[in-house]
Amino acid sequence: MLELDKETFEAEVLQAPGKVVVDFYGDGCVPCAALMPHVHEFAEKYGGDDLKFCALNTTKARRLAIGQKILGLPVIAVYENGEMIDSCVKDDATPENVEAMIKKYA
Amino acid sequence: MSKTYDVIILGAGPAGLAAGLYAGRSRLDTLIIEKGQDGGQIAITSEIENYPGQLLEGETGPSLVARMTEQAKKFGAERISDVIKSLDLSGDVKKVMGNKGEYLAKAVILATGAFPRPIGCKNEAKFVGKGISFCATCDAAFFEDFEVFVVGGGDSAVEEAMYLSKFARKVTIIHRREELRAAKSIQEKAFANPKLHFMWDSVVEEADGDELLSRMVIKNTKTGELTTVEADEEDGMFGLFGFIGLLPNTKLYEGAVDMENGYIRTDDNMHTNLPGVFAVGDLRVKSLRQVVTAAADGAIAAMQAEHYISNLK
Repeated sequence: MLELDKETFEAEVLQAPGKVVVDFYGDGCVPCAALMPHVHEFAEKYGGDDLKFCALNTTKARRLAIGQKILGLPVIAVYENGEMIDSCVKDDATPENVEAMIKKYA
Repeated sequence: MSKTYDVIILGAGPAGLAAGLYAGRSRLDTLIIEKGQDGGQIAITSEIENYPGQLLEGETGPSLVARMTEQAKKFGAERISDVIKSLDLSGDVKKVMGNKGEYLAKAVILATGAFPRPIGCKNEAKFVGKGISFCATCDAAFFEDFEVFVVGGGDSAVEEAMYLSKFARKVTIIHRREELRAAKSIQEKAFANPKLHFMWDSVVEEADGDELLSRMVIKNTKTGELTTVEADEEDGMFGLFGFIGLLPNTKLYEGAVDMENGYIRTDDNMHTNLPGVFAVGDLRVKSLRQVVTAAADGAIAAMQAEHYISNLK
């Protein structure tokens, strides 16, 4: 998994070819920390040239996250051509739902 | 054929972890199954002040839970992450069906707790994660220097409002009554906090905005008068956090064990109406739902489960 920051998000996600999965998390977000190992597992299983996996700590990139219309964590989102095309947010971001979403694009 | 545990505990909140600790110490072959993070409700609680023996300064829900988890592990309780789909609790061997497999045990302790009660306003679901939240520790940082509203008047609402005031420019508590229900010590701190404001006799009727929450309609519970709250023009958004109590996580057990308004009925020893099936913590009918009462329930159920299992042999 590629760890993003507010400098690299644009190039690695919005300008990147193919589809990109982004795990938006934050400091002190316990549900985010519980979900993350599952996302790592999915990255191993489904990641590839056409489906890249990244993570962004929103605590250090707050304005960027708000710009992506994210105000609640955790969010696992899929991007293509600079746009968020799908996402699992908060209670819907269960390992099961996230995997089902990722499978659609793998 | 999968192995048969002595006891399976569903849920790793304070009730489940305490049950795990006591069951482990009794040398019961113990499995704890949790779908999300350990700690349940307490894992998303910013500050805890009333658990006996906790750290006096700087204890958070997650820090307390981390020690509970360690303690349960130390005495041998096994832990699996899985989502339970169905149960068969009627026979001598209880069956628990999860996404990853089937689990068997002689006794089952139901400890799946509760989840936050929705605010109950129009458009609520649309704005969860877009301004509406039930987890201050998850989402407070987004609202640094913005305005935030908190719905509720109990301990959790006021504690979380104070936590949010470390980030937000202004925090307004919206409460349906004209006085808080929170403990006096918490109220004193709240009234001394210059960032905290209060909107009494009020409920949120409707949430609105383009993509992010930026407008809401408030109803006065005494006069019925409606007022609209708009986000500051420069902000373009605000936060709305709900802490108005909990609903029990008991859908899975409907029709299987005796319930009252969705809460599971037990006797003083945590027995449900089914032999070998116990219920502990926030999901059972009781007068006080706190970490300390959840932990006590867990301890009692584990000892009762041991007693039940030894009588089976």
